[in-house]
Amino acid sequence: MTKKTTYNFLIITILITFFAVFNGFIYTSNENENPVKLTEQAMHGQRLWQENNCWSCHQTYGLGGYLGPDLTNIYSAENKGPSYIKAFLNSGVKAMPKFNFSEEEKNALVTYLKFIDSTGYYPNYKAKFKSNGWVELEYKNEK
Amino acid sequence: MKNKAAIIFLITALLALLIGVFFGLMAALQYLIPEFLKEIIPFHKMRPFHVTTVITWIVLSATGSIYFYLTQVEKLKLFSNKLMKLHLGIFLITGLGIYLSYIFGKMDGREYLAFTHILTIPILFGWLLFGINYFKTMLKQINNWPVYYWMWGTGIVFMIIHLTEAHLWLFPYFREHVIKDLTVQWKSYGSFVGSWNMLVYGISIYLMSKIKGDDSIGRNKLSFFFYFLGLTNLMFGWAHHTYIVPTLPWIRFVAYGVSMTEWIILGYMIYEWKKNLSQTKKESYPLTYKFLVTTDFWIFINLILALLFSIPAINFFTHGTHITVAHSMGTTIGINTTILLASLLFIISKISIFTKKQEKIIKRGLWGFNITLFLFFTSLLIAGARRSHWMYAGNDTSFSSMQDSLFWVYMVFFVFGMALTTSISIIGLPILKKLINYLRI
Repeated sequence: MTKKTTYNFLIITILITFFAVFNGFIYTSNENENPVKLTEQAMHGQRLWQENNCWSCHQTYGLGGYLGPDLTNIYSAENKGPSYIKAFLNSGVKAMPKFNFSEEEKNALVTYLKFIDSTGYYPNYKAKFKSNGWVELEYKNEK
Repeated sequence: MKNKAAIIFLITALLALLIGVFFGLMAALQYLIPEFLKEIIPFHKMRPFHVTTVITWIVLSATGSIYFYLTQVEKLKLFSNKLMKLHLGIFLITGLGIYLSYIFGKMDGREYLAFTHILTIPILFGWLLFGINYFKTMLKQINNWPVYYWMWGTGIVFMIIHLTEAHLWLFPYFREHVIKDLTVQWKSYGSFVGSWNMLVYGISIYLMSKIKGDDSIGRNKLSFFFYFLGLTNLMFGWAHHTYIVPTLPWIRFVAYGVSMTEWIILGYMIYEWKKNLSQTKKESYPLTYKFLVTTDFWIFINLILALLFSIPAINFFTHGTHITVAHSMGTTIGINTTILLASLLFIISKISIFTKKQEKIIKRGLWGFNITLFLFFTSLLIAGARRSHWMYAGNDTSFSSMQDSLFWVYMVFFVFGMALTTSISIIGLPILKKLINYLRI
């Protein structure tokens, strides 16, 4: 092995060591002392969200598709909430297909969205902008 | 001796490109006519078809190119031809499985990897075979690796790591914590893209060194500096996807700091811009050269965009809008696709020859490609700016009204998408024909 190769391996080893530690922190840390943890019903909703590709058109925290609206705070939004969500699920508006969810499934999806809603805000209207380009988000548990 | 498996990788990849852009066009049409195909194949099913197929193009063309370079250009003896054929067989059968999973609605995966998650196992196995074959071949026969060999090796290893990481949601520990789950999911996607970029950018440096007939571009200290910078970004610079997710601030801060190092790349590119053009021996590989010049342009545009929205204060307004889509289209079509098409043209120059007429058609196709991609890209930026304005300054109107107001932008987006599909076909079809002919002879 040449000197240059040894040197490259050394840099990669250092980077991978940092990467492993960094991943360890990401995997084990939570957003706060009391992180939002899904219940069985919410996890059922999450599964339905995934199996029906809701993310293809909708977003949570701006992540997902762009054909439909972001649903991060749909649960607590003014004039919206559980009944509004349920009404949309099986009605087939515009590009949204008519799903045939049972009442139990609709409740599971609403519960999942309720849990997402409880984790934070999007858009984060009360975020504070710093002069170095940083943005301080408003956290839901700050209230 | 011919490497038929490598050529089959490339043919499948080109077919995926042509089919993938067609799926994209069908999905775009649903923005204009929401009822279109709604009963047969609604948007939420069409989008995975499009995304998976274009990812297939990138992955298979990069893989096929690497196998071809090693065996046909570098004349290395592959550790195992059987492993390569097994790799090809596994990917082809799994690809078929993915489409069947989509057709029968078994989409229990997540964004970008929507297929039933069990199919990830053969994909990982395929990457593992590629890795074994690659490292066993290279470690035995090459002592002092140029940077592109490091990049391909790193790309393969990190593909395995991040494809695995993208499925950590299968463990309740991850999926029951909404924020952690979102963070890990988007961390893996950011790095997953970084991994295929290692393969693709490695190909571009390889091609540049071959065109110049000078290997120093792949061996100098600066190339290695950029390689390690890219690797650092792959590992730690993904969090601009999740700036807006209420994770712990230090996670976002690390990403902000690391992302900003990419300004060095941009500064260097501006400095080297003219110098690179004059040094390159473009006469030997005129088509490959033209595509790489195109890549330079798109890297420049996309890096500026990416760097801007890596600044949290800007990201705040662009996140969740079509500006992000513009960036991903700009990078996958403008950068990855032009490099990979350059690679295919380089491979064609080794196995066959284009007539002057064919060369002229491909050059015209490239002009069409650049113009239409630029307009397509611009229409997405406009749509993104409008959405951002609606989110932060016009929230008194409904989402539906905002979408309706974008009708003409979506129309432009669709029309240029169609023109782009035509340009890609003009370039891709003669290449496909050459590859198929080569295989048949």
